[in-house]
Amino acid sequence: MTTRTGIEVSIAVADAVRLANADVIAAYPITPQTHIVEHLAELVANGELDAEYIPVESEHSAMSACLGSAAAGARTFTATSSQGLALMNEVLYVASGMRLPVIMAVANRALSAPLSIWADHSDMMSVRDTGWIQIVVENGQQAVDNIICAFRIAEDRRVLLPVMVHLDGFNLTHVIEPIVFPEQSDVDRFLPKSKYPLPLNPDRPVAMGSFAPPIIYTETKWAQEINIRNSKDVIISCWDEFGRTFGRQYHAVEKYHNDGAGVILMTMGSTGETASVAIDELRADGENIGQVRLRMWRPFPFEELRNAVNDAEVLIILDRAISYGGPGGPVASEVKSAFYNQVKKPKIVSFVGALGGRDITVSGFKNLIKRGIDIARTGSKNEYEIYGVRE
Amino acid sequence: MEKYAVYVPRLVQKREKFAPGHRACIGCGEALAIRLAFKALDNNIIVANATGCAEIFAGQFPNTSWQLPWIHTLFENTAAVASGIEAAYKAMKRKGIKLPDNTKIVAIAGDGGTSDIGLQALSGALERGHDFTYICFDNEAYMNTGNQRSSATPFGAATTTSPLGKKSTGQFSWKKNMPEIATAHNIPYVATATHGFPFDLMAKVAKAVATKGPAYVHVLSVCPTGWRSPTDTINRQARLAVQTGMFPLYEVENGIYKMSLDLPKLRPVKDYLKIQGRFRHLSDAVIQQIQERVELEYQKLLEKAKDGSKTAKRKSRTGAGKVPA
Repeated sequence: MTTRTGIEVSIAVADAVRLANADVIAAYPITPQTHIVEHLAELVANGELDAEYIPVESEHSAMSACLGSAAAGARTFTATSSQGLALMNEVLYVASGMRLPVIMAVANRALSAPLSIWADHSDMMSVRDTGWIQIVVENGQQAVDNIICAFRIAEDRRVLLPVMVHLDGFNLTHVIEPIVFPEQSDVDRFLPKSKYPLPLNPDRPVAMGSFAPPIIYTETKWAQEINIRNSKDVIISCWDEFGRTFGRQYHAVEKYHNDGAGVILMTMGSTGETASVAIDELRADGENIGQVRLRMWRPFPFEELRNAVNDAEVLIILDRAISYGGPGGPVASEVKSAFYNQVKKPKIVSFVGALGGRDITVSGFKNLIKRGIDIARTGSKNEYEIYGVRE
Repeated sequence: MEKYAVYVPRLVQKREKFAPGHRACIGCGEALAIRLAFKALDNNIIVANATGCAEIFAGQFPNTSWQLPWIHTLFENTAAVASGIEAAYKAMKRKGIKLPDNTKIVAIAGDGGTSDIGLQALSGALERGHDFTYICFDNEAYMNTGNQRSSATPFGAATTTSPLGKKSTGQFSWKKNMPEIATAHNIPYVATATHGFPFDLMAKVAKAVATKGPAYVHVLSVCPTGWRSPTDTINRQARLAVQTGMFPLYEVENGIYKMSLDLPKLRPVKDYLKIQGRFRHLSDAVIQQIQERVELEYQKLLEKAKDGSKTAKRKSRTGAGKVPA
């Protein structure tokens, strides 16, 4: 029997880390991540999670302590948001470059200035090229499930890469949702103890983090690229096994009424569920419209995306971040490049919206789709349009 | 200290933890200090190394001088990395994962990585009370990048970013007092040392690592390349730094200050300054200014160490104060 518990998503994320039996948590508080790390501190203080909690003095040190912890072979978790993620930036590259399986929940939030504590994807886009696996969720259940999966993916000998699980700040972190928690025994079976191949250990000295002269740097980076590409199959098979074990199945690209749809709306993150309601209503009115939701941001699932969009004529993409002076939203840019060399491809329309916590309602999505179809038909003078802005 | 010199070397282990063949400059005081420091320790050590000279000259892939498990990640975060390793060992041991007993974490960094860019991470790690030792190998400037001034560069020293000019006499500020900053964290052990007094250095490092909780050792390491001084007299230069009072040797154990050397009289700072190219331009007036400042600081230190040093002297007469090297 599965029981649904009404619980705040941040608390549920912390409980997922407890179920994963993390050894070390190093974290620095930042809104809207705070409830995750507060609850973890509480779990450790009450002895419900046997872990070391390092209350570091900055996010830079949070991620640095995670490097040390993961290098010593411990199961390591942290969480952050926005400015915190930006402050960690240089450390993130080290985690992936040194193949250290750190898990991080990112409560997506806009970057300053102006200061905004509310959700968008500017923080996660700023770390796109750090070499981390980036998984994006749309609701609390997905957050819990993917935190558990993230440990298994990161620690897999074939992967050994750090993983971020992105959940939109406030829209997800601070809402109460009905969540099904997996049984501890099932999680233990699904997630075996971490066995980092060459940890820091005086019995078997290793040198980690030597500097690479030009003769080896390219090879190191290429190995890393091959590795994150290959991680896609491991992630997908992890989700498949998760589905078999727990009955909830995840995909790199989630599809919703996409088969045979002439127009497809593409979203990433918490806006996806609101958009689905709009899709339902439009379909009820007889519109041939579907939706795809991007779950896997890095590695980017080129093939899965092309398959999901297959025969659509129009693909409308909503981004929650701006690449200033650039070609459009970061997701749209990626999708365009995925289709550029294809013979058959949809017209791709790029929107940016829902910045700094601004909502797009169901009727908002309907308007956005309508405008998207117009642009596909008649074109736009801009590379992309920003939705709902007052000019 | 000198009286041990005959037989103490026999007590020092032969095995190198920091092997030769690395790429340090000729006469590198830091390489010597690192070698000595780790000779004072057993094999139960994990080293976290900040970016800097030592990381570069001993860690080019695929070579390493380290016979110990060693990790380098970034410049400013070494204390944080060390705290992560310490926490990981604590948690994993508690959870029954088989790990070697009594593993100790030693973080090493230069003066820039310690007193400038890494100060926040160090302060955090000291304040949280992790069981680790932090050793700062201080060569008084950013030597790895070509001798730029740091907050540990002494007043008057010419570096590439505190150059001598029509309107400048070199470094414009006084050396940041890192050991005092470490002491202000109320940690159980703080010490200053230098390769010029090798057995003192080794004893202090051994003591620091044996201390439960955070320990900080500040090691003056002569850099003939950056200081523009002879490469064959680095130990003499280091000893002069101590004998002139420019770099006093002392320990702070649980808040009790203790001078490591009984110097009846300080030598004039000029003896130290005149052998180094970085100070060559200093006028007698500036040297006098340095002299006064050094004496003032030294007196303040003696005052703090008044009680501690007396106790230590009494103990050493009874034989209880000796520390094996």
